[in-house]
Amino acid sequence: MKKRRAPIRDHHAETALFARRSIVAILLVIVVLGGLLFNMYHLQVQQHQQYQTRSNDNRIKVMPLAPNRGLIFDRRGRLLAENRPVLSLEIIPERVPDLQDTLMRLTALLGLDEQQLAQFEDNRRRERRFDQISVLDRLTEQQAARFAVRQHEFPGVSIEARLIRHYPYGEAITHALGYVAKINRNDLQRLRANQQHANYAATRTIGKLGIERYYEEQLHGSVGYQQIEVDIRGRAVRTLATQPPLPGQDLTLELDIELQQFIYQLLGDMRGSIILIDPRDGAIRAMVSKPSFDPNWFVQGISTEQYQGLLNSRHSPLLNRSTQGGYPPASTIKPHLAVLALEQGVITPQTKIWDPGWFQITGVNHRYRDWLSWGHGWVDVDTAIVESCDTFYYDIALKMGIDTISEHMAKYGFGELTGIDIHEESAAVMPTRGWKRARFNQPWYAGETVSIGIGQSYWTSTPIQLAVATATLVNRGKRPVPRLLRSITDGDVELNAVVEEKPAVTIKNQSNWDVAIRAMNRVVSSAKGTAYRPFRGASYSSGGKTGTAQVRSIAQGETYNADEIEEQYRDNAMYIGYAPALNPEIVIMIAVENAGGGGSIAAPLARQILDYYFTLEAAHANL
Amino acid sequence: MQTSEERQRHPWLQRLRLDGPLLCGLIALAVISAITVYSASGQDWAMTERQLIRIAIAFAVMMGVAHIPLTTVQRFSLPIFTAGIVLLLGVLLVGESSKGAQRWLNLGVITIQPSELMKLAVPMAIAWFISQQPLPARKRRLAAAFVLLLIPTLMIAKQPDLGTALLIASSGIFVVFLAGISWRLIALFVLTASSFVPILWTFLMRDYQRQRVLTFLDPERDPLGAGYQIIQSKIAIGSGGIEGKGWLQGTQSQLEFLPERHTDFIFSVYSEEFGLLGVILLLALYGFVVVRGMQIAMRAQRVYQKLLAGSLTLTFFIYVLVNIGMVSGLLPVVGVPLPLISYGGTSMVTLMAGFGLLMAIATNKRLVMHS
Repeated sequence: MKKRRAPIRDHHAETALFARRSIVAILLVIVVLGGLLFNMYHLQVQQHQQYQTRSNDNRIKVMPLAPNRGLIFDRRGRLLAENRPVLSLEIIPERVPDLQDTLMRLTALLGLDEQQLAQFEDNRRRERRFDQISVLDRLTEQQAARFAVRQHEFPGVSIEARLIRHYPYGEAITHALGYVAKINRNDLQRLRANQQHANYAATRTIGKLGIERYYEEQLHGSVGYQQIEVDIRGRAVRTLATQPPLPGQDLTLELDIELQQFIYQLLGDMRGSIILIDPRDGAIRAMVSKPSFDPNWFVQGISTEQYQGLLNSRHSPLLNRSTQGGYPPASTIKPHLAVLALEQGVITPQTKIWDPGWFQITGVNHRYRDWLSWGHGWVDVDTAIVESCDTFYYDIALKMGIDTISEHMAKYGFGELTGIDIHEESAAVMPTRGWKRARFNQPWYAGETVSIGIGQSYWTSTPIQLAVATATLVNRGKRPVPRLLRSITDGDVELNAVVEEKPAVTIKNQSNWDVAIRAMNRVVSSAKGTAYRPFRGASYSSGGKTGTAQVRSIAQGETYNADEIEEQYRDNAMYIGYAPALNPEIVIMIAVENAGGGGSIAAPLARQILDYYFTLEAAHANL
Repeated sequence: MQTSEERQRHPWLQRLRLDGPLLCGLIALAVISAITVYSASGQDWAMTERQLIRIAIAFAVMMGVAHIPLTTVQRFSLPIFTAGIVLLLGVLLVGESSKGAQRWLNLGVITIQPSELMKLAVPMAIAWFISQQPLPARKRRLAAAFVLLLIPTLMIAKQPDLGTALLIASSGIFVVFLAGISWRLIALFVLTASSFVPILWTFLMRDYQRQRVLTFLDPERDPLGAGYQIIQSKIAIGSGGIEGKGWLQGTQSQLEFLPERHTDFIFSVYSEEFGLLGVILLLALYGFVVVRGMQIAMRAQRVYQKLLAGSLTLTFFIYVLVNIGMVSGLLPVVGVPLPLISYGGTSMVTLMAGFGLLMAIATNKRLVMHS
């Protein structure tokens, strides 16, 4: 009944029901709002740190700033390595829509050549896609202007102001100074191993050779950082904080670039090494190795052809002859051997032997020839040095034996590294019985000891070793460590390089030094001396010793004729010298390859160089 | 007594047919909207101006709707609903698509979005249908009401517009709930609904919707793709902290790490810049509007008005819940704007038309009493 009719409404019951349901709904709404609020509390308070970090990761990019590399000066404050500002055209491949097309248009606009394109291709393969790779290292102003107008047509390409290392003296000083070049995979691995890679985050080049390599840590400086805020497209919005990089320290070398250049010019087409060193503290005044190459090639990225050319050249321009070249010391070590023979009691200053022009081991039918084929006649130790008598040394070497010679010559530094402040150094060979067994699996023969007496056989030394050995002799035993660095400038503070010494050579009878040194003085001053003629009329006193090293052994009965044999088998001309004769301040070491005799080639060079050295010293003293 | 006092205090509000507290809440939300849109648009004044114009239009619509006699509204509930169904059918057949969904119907002169109309038509129609009989509603009528609700919901879900379908379904469900459906039946429906989930997943959801759900479950699964939005949104909210980064200082939004920052994700911008304190204020404001809406519903004299007012209010809250739940990682990403705050006109006009109905209901009672 009720159903059929219009239902009777109970207004109060309906209102009460609706109110109950509404209250339930309101409570639910409040509970849900509380839940939302709790979730917000969780996010904004409890996890705030975490999200704060992620928010900063989004917006803040840390850009490393490369420190300016320290400069390098010579001892008179002339700049040997500088940083030149250049405009560099660079590409980030990732941001370039069509790389081939872009390169084509750049070629048309700026006139890139094949080699530059190939170089870019090389670099591109080495680097990552999002790295900036230079296309043109040194834009001319005209090129820069031409590109700037069209910049909008080249997304991902930009002009960057960079500092590029430059060596104004070029090849004259390459082997000592070295160079910087692009950081390669090996460098990166080494930097990572030393925990240094963060410091190189913005650095593109690293010292690869010489001083630049040895003092990399001081020259490089410390990386700086710039915090920039970026938007989602990676565009910088503003700089938040900057920690400026700490520039590298400046180095001052002991080298005199004028002297260095003079020597480099003087050598002309000759190959070899010339070193000038202060015997008192090991300071290197000049260190030339020729042939050389322009270090600036490597800074810009050397082309494969250029590099292959250097690598395969018959004359090995990449080799630092001063520290890596193994030359037979030849007669230049006769003074050292004389001191040793006197010390060992094999001879006295008065001992004389007869030189018929050759030497023979008793019972062996082999003649060791003297360079003077008719012989020097009766020869004492003094004459043996002044006239460079070979027979005398054949004799005393045989009497002393290889073991004694090796042991004592090692004290002058033969066969070991001198500790010069560049990494490119080899120890050369001071042979011993053990060495020969290990190297050739052969016993030592007495005949070889005879050749050792005139600095031949297996004995090789680097020019720097010979320079140090000479300094040690004129120092009467004090053995300096050769050193290119004079001081490091850290801000306003100039720190002098540490002067080091190796264990001194000690002898029982100090007058034995005098015998050798007096004889070396007479090499220059005595009319019979092998270097008398070149040094006649010098304004300073000096001493020295010539040497002529056989590169190829001459068969029995054959005479040496320089004109008839190939150049590469001709003798090496050697000279060691010092000046002034009393309290020497400079030691000179010359090794010229395949040039001829020490007296005829090396000693005249030494005279010219020492003349120039003293002229320079006088000129600067007057300033 | 109280009512006459209020009337005496605010005679002009009564004349405009506006409810004072509700109006205050809405104006406060509109102010927050303008401020936040300016920041979220990247300080684009033109966009902010457009938003201000929309707010003005929406308030005008609200005041216009408030003046429609409720008897007329009640009478036209079913015809409007029927017209809406026809338009939805039109959308499914000849609708224009945007962003992979067909929502718009081109009627030659204007393009309209019938699903927006249904947001009002559905609660009106269900409320009318239920109020034909006294409360509590009988089971058979409830079942019929569900069928009535299911038709537009499925049509809109098919477009597909999951967000709107959800809002429309809840508006109907709220009517039914407020009409006093027994708790036993509610439990039954919850069970039925959960068994409906696999069907929904397999047949009704599109690929991009499934993707959204999967990403919701684990945003870090695809941090650069589908999960990007939600991760960036949570970073924005979380990095805001208690006090926020300050207006216009939100790095997530100003530097554009946050996608859709001025529309669906505007709450993240707000939370980043105003922090937890700002969030508390905003949620309190929403809570106030909802409570006031329910108060109006409870005070209404007629069942139809009660049901309609209650449904509109609770649906408004569903907007809040779904949007905030979505941007803070509690719910999957469905395209529901933050009501009255997000940039965009359509949903704001619809919402304010709904509030116009609430205003009419709030002021109608007094008219009846004193006429």
